[in-house]
Amino acid sequence: MTTSEIHQRLQAQFGEAVGPLSEPKIDPFAVVKADRIVEVCRFLKETPGIELNFCEDLTAIDWPKRDAIEVVYHLFSYKYRHGIVLKVETSRADPRVPSVEGVWKAANWMEREVYDLFGVTFSGHPDLRRVMLPDDWVGHPLRKDYQEAGGYHGIPNLRENPLVELRRLDEARMAEHAKNNPTPPPAGTPPASSAPPADPKA
Amino acid sequence: MPTFSLAFPKPATRRVLLFSSLAAVVLFPVALFGLVLVYLPFIQQPVFFAFVRDTLHRDPATWPGTQWVYAGALLVAGILLFTFAALSGGMFSWYERRVAARIQSRIGPNRVGAFGFFQFIADAVKMLFKEDLVPAEADALLFRAAPYFVVTGMTLTFVALPFGQSVIAADLNVGIFYLLAVTALNVVGILLSGWSSNSKWALFGGMRSAAQVMSYEVPSALAIMTPVLMAGTLSMQGIIRAQGGWPWQWFVFRNPAAFVAFFMLYTSQLAEANRTPFDLPEAESELVSGYNTEYSGFRFALYFLVEWANLWVISAIVVSLFLGGWQIPGVTAQDWAAWRGGAELPRFSWWLWQLLSIGVFALKTLALVNVAIWLRWTLPRVRIDQMMNLCWKYLVPAGFVAMLFTLLWQIVVAQAPIVERVSGILLFVVSVYAVYRFLVLTRANVSRVVGDRVDLTNW
Amino acid sequence: MSKLVLRRIDRNNEEMLINFGPQHPATHGVLNFLVETDGEVMRRAIPDIGYLHRSLEKIGEMVGYPGYMPYTDRVDYLASMFANEGYASAVEKLIKVEVPRRAQYLRAVSCELNRIASHLVAIGSMASDIGAVTPLVYALREREAINDLIEALCGARLTYNYHRIGGVAFDAPEGWRDKVLRYLDRFDSLLQEWDRLISWNEIYLKRLGGVAVITRERAIDYGLVGPNLRGSGVDWDLRRDIPYSAYPDFKFEVPVGRGWAGTVGDAFDRYYVRVLEMAQSSRIVRQALEKLPDGEYMAKVPRKIKPEAGEALSRVESARGEMAYYVVSDGTERAYRVRERTGSFLAMGIVEDISSGLMIADLIALIGSLDLVAPETDR
Repeated sequence: MTTSEIHQRLQAQFGEAVGPLSEPKIDPFAVVKADRIVEVCRFLKETPGIELNFCEDLTAIDWPKRDAIEVVYHLFSYKYRHGIVLKVETSRADPRVPSVEGVWKAANWMEREVYDLFGVTFSGHPDLRRVMLPDDWVGHPLRKDYQEAGGYHGIPNLRENPLVELRRLDEARMAEHAKNNPTPPPAGTPPASSAPPADPKA
Repeated sequence: MPTFSLAFPKPATRRVLLFSSLAAVVLFPVALFGLVLVYLPFIQQPVFFAFVRDTLHRDPATWPGTQWVYAGALLVAGILLFTFAALSGGMFSWYERRVAARIQSRIGPNRVGAFGFFQFIADAVKMLFKEDLVPAEADALLFRAAPYFVVTGMTLTFVALPFGQSVIAADLNVGIFYLLAVTALNVVGILLSGWSSNSKWALFGGMRSAAQVMSYEVPSALAIMTPVLMAGTLSMQGIIRAQGGWPWQWFVFRNPAAFVAFFMLYTSQLAEANRTPFDLPEAESELVSGYNTEYSGFRFALYFLVEWANLWVISAIVVSLFLGGWQIPGVTAQDWAAWRGGAELPRFSWWLWQLLSIGVFALKTLALVNVAIWLRWTLPRVRIDQMMNLCWKYLVPAGFVAMLFTLLWQIVVAQAPIVERVSGILLFVVSVYAVYRFLVLTRANVSRVVGDRVDLTNW
Repeated sequence: MSKLVLRRIDRNNEEMLINFGPQHPATHGVLNFLVETDGEVMRRAIPDIGYLHRSLEKIGEMVGYPGYMPYTDRVDYLASMFANEGYASAVEKLIKVEVPRRAQYLRAVSCELNRIASHLVAIGSMASDIGAVTPLVYALREREAINDLIEALCGARLTYNYHRIGGVAFDAPEGWRDKVLRYLDRFDSLLQEWDRLISWNEIYLKRLGGVAVITRERAIDYGLVGPNLRGSGVDWDLRRDIPYSAYPDFKFEVPVGRGWAGTVGDAFDRYYVRVLEMAQSSRIVRQALEKLPDGEYMAKVPRKIKPEAGEALSRVESARGEMAYYVVSDGTERAYRVRERTGSFLAMGIVEDISSGLMIADLIALIGSLDLVAPETDR
């Protein structure tokens, strides 16, 4: 089946919860309403003839200009070798999407990663915690407006430019060396006397 | 700046290194064995009394100083044996590294001395210089004491090892029983180190090792029963004297049950020495380093020294019990008595024959050590439950069956000694054929395109 | 937003919570597992990743399209040719550029050589984890030769940065073909030696047979790919089923797990599928080198790559499974989003659910048989 045929079956089943197929800007996709995504996915997995049993990719894209985070699902079928790309739009302020972990177990870790890096909460996920970053990390790095926190538990994340640092260290070392070994004055200069220098005005 | 070329020393230095290494390769074993040869018969009673009578001009029976001199002599013997154990441990570490490297198509140590022979000395010196860490939460006394248990366990066994016909420190009449008992000190040391390190990985290693070694004591003991029954004595020299020099007179071939018991004993002893395929307690890929994870410096080196010296001990035990020990082919007990002569101090030819018997013993033990090294670098590791399975479900019943069979066999042999000779020759022929097939298979298995040749240019 | 809840450890009953890693001789890269065990038998092994997270996906949004190629090497440094190819294919889809035939063949040759090298590391380190050290040294010895060949081709021995958007960076040098063919003759006899040394070793079969069985349905459901999927009995290989690049021209077999050690989908199946795949890769390289077409090795690609707004997904059959590159562009010179979906990440997801009831030694076998590497898992 081609992607548009699968899309037609979807629209036949779910009506307007499934948006139109995007113009094929290289890979076409269809936007699905967030609250129906689990049913859509279950339909796609279990309907004989479609059987998209491989959740190939589950990721997200941050669109601050549209004030949305898109969760992207790439689905594929081993049996029929066809697939479709679904997207779910959710707000940036409070992103919530139902979890499809019950449909494909592969979504478990991929949704954790999306939560970790984008902050999208997947309701119904059995174990939603950060996967790559430490548990007490603040912020969601893959968002476009992520500001680094300037260090983690005292480990700084900025470093002096090594060239500047080395020059500074070199100068400090040479100054130390000069202080400890004062070079003798060159031959010919008069020794430093205790008499004050002659007054030029006299 | 003076150039210091460590990678390729000048020809003069290389010659010096080569000669010194060759000298060491030859002299270390010769010196050790020679000292052992000369000294150990000396501390036997008749020779010692002769020494006191002739050299010190005292009557050994009545002079009170006899005890003190004897104690001093025993102390020297102890130091000598410990040196033997330590140096042989070191030399086996070098040998194992070279053999392992060749199996893996590498070269192995080749920098420190010709053929890398002094590598073990360099490593020992390096270990001495390392920081001696005792973890803060560890039980300090037990942590420090644990290596000494294993070292004691190893060294005490050298007392009863029969190096030659009369070259044994103490010919106990419960020789093999003593050996079994004393090797169990290793368990104590490993358990202590695992527990006192206060580290979960070390604890894992210690517990595994305790389970393993104590389980494999049982098939060891059962396998030992077979030669003991055949010889009728627990004494090491007695068991060896009951065998002969020719291969078909060895215990391993004389009795089919002994053939089985030989493999049982070798396997169980490998397990007791924590050698692959039974090296779970120190399984590097699972337990970081098992029971010696938290050890550093010389304590760490002691564990490894014990492991290599134990190789020698277990091979020596198996050789003595099954492969005829120091028996020289063609030499009988009457010959030994003839060479001994009737005098207090034996004749010079006796010493030479003793040297030959030491050589035979050493060669046989070396062969078994070699096999242990091959096994280590070829086979993967068994899992703990599979290891326990092997011990309790296969080796222990086999041991019982072997023991019963030997009992019956001895009764049969008492009636008809010809059975033993027939069995000896038959099993010997079968074994020679098996070894030949093994060599052919090995040659076929090493693919000719990839296979390495022995390349001595980069020694 | 749940916190990791560990069970109460019952000390009286020999229960322990141990940390497997992050510094450990057996974990493949910097990985950590929190293992709740009852003596030797595990209750759960919870993977704890992120020690090698280098935010490659964020970097993809900062450096331009051509500039990201060296970063793709580091996604999986053992099999970096595939990452190169995946990223290049995705961007080529976006800018609608066709790769010349010679470049496709060179890509296939370099990828298959990389597959052999990666599998050598995988099976060598797996054997070493099980306790046999010698096979690891043999595998690395062969891999050295492949490293030398690829160094002659592109100058690097590990992170190759060889493919470019539109083709490959360098043409095959003079005499390289013959060198590779000579090496492959030697390599094919190594595989037989390997089999006799370790694959069918009794102890090895006992250690891996029946351990950590993953059934077909579970493998597909958890999204396992590559040799993990084929080891569980699913006959799927991107190179044959959705052929890309030059693969339609080659004849090769796809090894599928058959339960050689007793059960289909156990650790031995996953291991042995890799061994057989190496032989097939060698076949592909021979065919490719025989039929290597002449022509350009790089297509005409504009200096500044500015694709129109859109998105593309490309798939390659990497050594560790199907690697999917999802590149989203917004019409500027920098990508809007670059996403690598790697096989090891999903394989990590199955470890926790499979691990209950296994022994610690089996956890090692499981990790080795799934061929998990930290850089792919963390990116």
